[in-house]
Amino acid sequence: MSAGLRERALAAASGVVDPEIPVLTIADLGVLRAVRLAGDTVEIEITPTYSGCPAMRVIEQELATALRAAGIGKFRIATVLSPAWTTDWLSKEGRRKLAEFGIAPPAGISRRSHFGTDAVACPRCGSAETERISEFGSTACKALYRCRRCAEPFDYFKCH
Amino acid sequence: MSALFDYTLRLADSALILGHRLSEWIGHAPLLEEELALGNLALDLIGQARALYAYAGAVEGKGRDEDALAYLRDCGQFRNLLLVEQPNGDFAVTIARQLLYSAFAHPFWRDLARSRDATLAAIAAKAEKESAYHLRHAGEWLIRLGDGTAESHRRAQAALDTLWPYVGELFESDAVEEALVNQGIAVDPAALRPEWERSVQAIIAEATLAAPAGTGMQSGGRIGRHSEHLGHLLATMQFLQRAYPGASW
Repeated sequence: MSAGLRERALAAASGVVDPEIPVLTIADLGVLRAVRLAGDTVEIEITPTYSGCPAMRVIEQELATALRAAGIGKFRIATVLSPAWTTDWLSKEGRRKLAEFGIAPPAGISRRSHFGTDAVACPRCGSAETERISEFGSTACKALYRCRRCAEPFDYFKCH
Repeated sequence: MSALFDYTLRLADSALILGHRLSEWIGHAPLLEEELALGNLALDLIGQARALYAYAGAVEGKGRDEDALAYLRDCGQFRNLLLVEQPNGDFAVTIARQLLYSAFAHPFWRDLARSRDATLAAIAAKAEKESAYHLRHAGEWLIRLGDGTAESHRRAQAALDTLWPYVGELFESDAVEEALVNQGIAVDPAALRPEWERSVQAIIAEATLAAPAGTGMQSGGRIGRHSEHLGHLLATMQFLQRAYPGASW
């Protein structure tokens, strides 16, 4: 019975999508950190991508809706900051979906040099001849790039 | 008032006030990409402030939440660094302020991530990654401005000269910090000075600018003694909660 409850909760929580990048689920993103049972209460842990990520409140609401729709009434949703989220947690499936959606997935693993840019392939034509327009894009987790071959601008999900 | 509350509040206030200053650029930035960048920076800082205020409120244990701490205190109760409350000025002043703060904030959060206080360490671990972007962004811009046209060079130099009297306060500490440093909770800011000097001086040199020679320094943020600018900022930021107490949507 309780094993079934956890599975239902996990399935419901894993299906919640990111409100700003709706091709990704919060499980793909690594934002969903834990789904477990404490007695008959479902405990869910999520972690923000960035300190000020405005999607967190919406994600909490969507989680609550999804759990209730799965017939789960007793749950707690906690935000945890540690360990800090990193793009290394983005699933393979998540990276593939990002590229298909037109957002270049993070190139390589997170790193912290002060200067320099990542080598990013254009998600449209695949060219490596791209350049950064701005390190900051439409959401905290993305940067703005442009492809020099197909001339299209595109979002890059930056390493973090 | 506990040292941990006071310390956490100082960090929160600096993050919030700088975040608010950057948000004042929304709708006024010199180009669209910079509008997005400054908005992103502001969001990071306000996010850091929210986590810190929530923790400060819990440490205090008097039922004050992040909104009570941000909106219902007056100037004399704010504990932010004087540097971050300085007006945006022209774009060069905003960039210079961001560089001087971020060159401190980045190593500060990195070291605070090893704090014995698990909550501060967790907040710091996130903030460190964000402050690395902030430092890089401000550094690249200062180089572009300093090593740009005669006019951008003049303005970048004027910006550094204007803000320099506020950098000394970054490295000061008082009994609150000293007590927490001894417990392995806080970071000794003076220990960060050599690293700050190296990164700031390298960028100033690459920008073909001159490091200001002035040694007269202003301080007082820790004890709530602020420049005249903070009151004006709070008047805008706190207006809604002052005019319509408890308003929410």
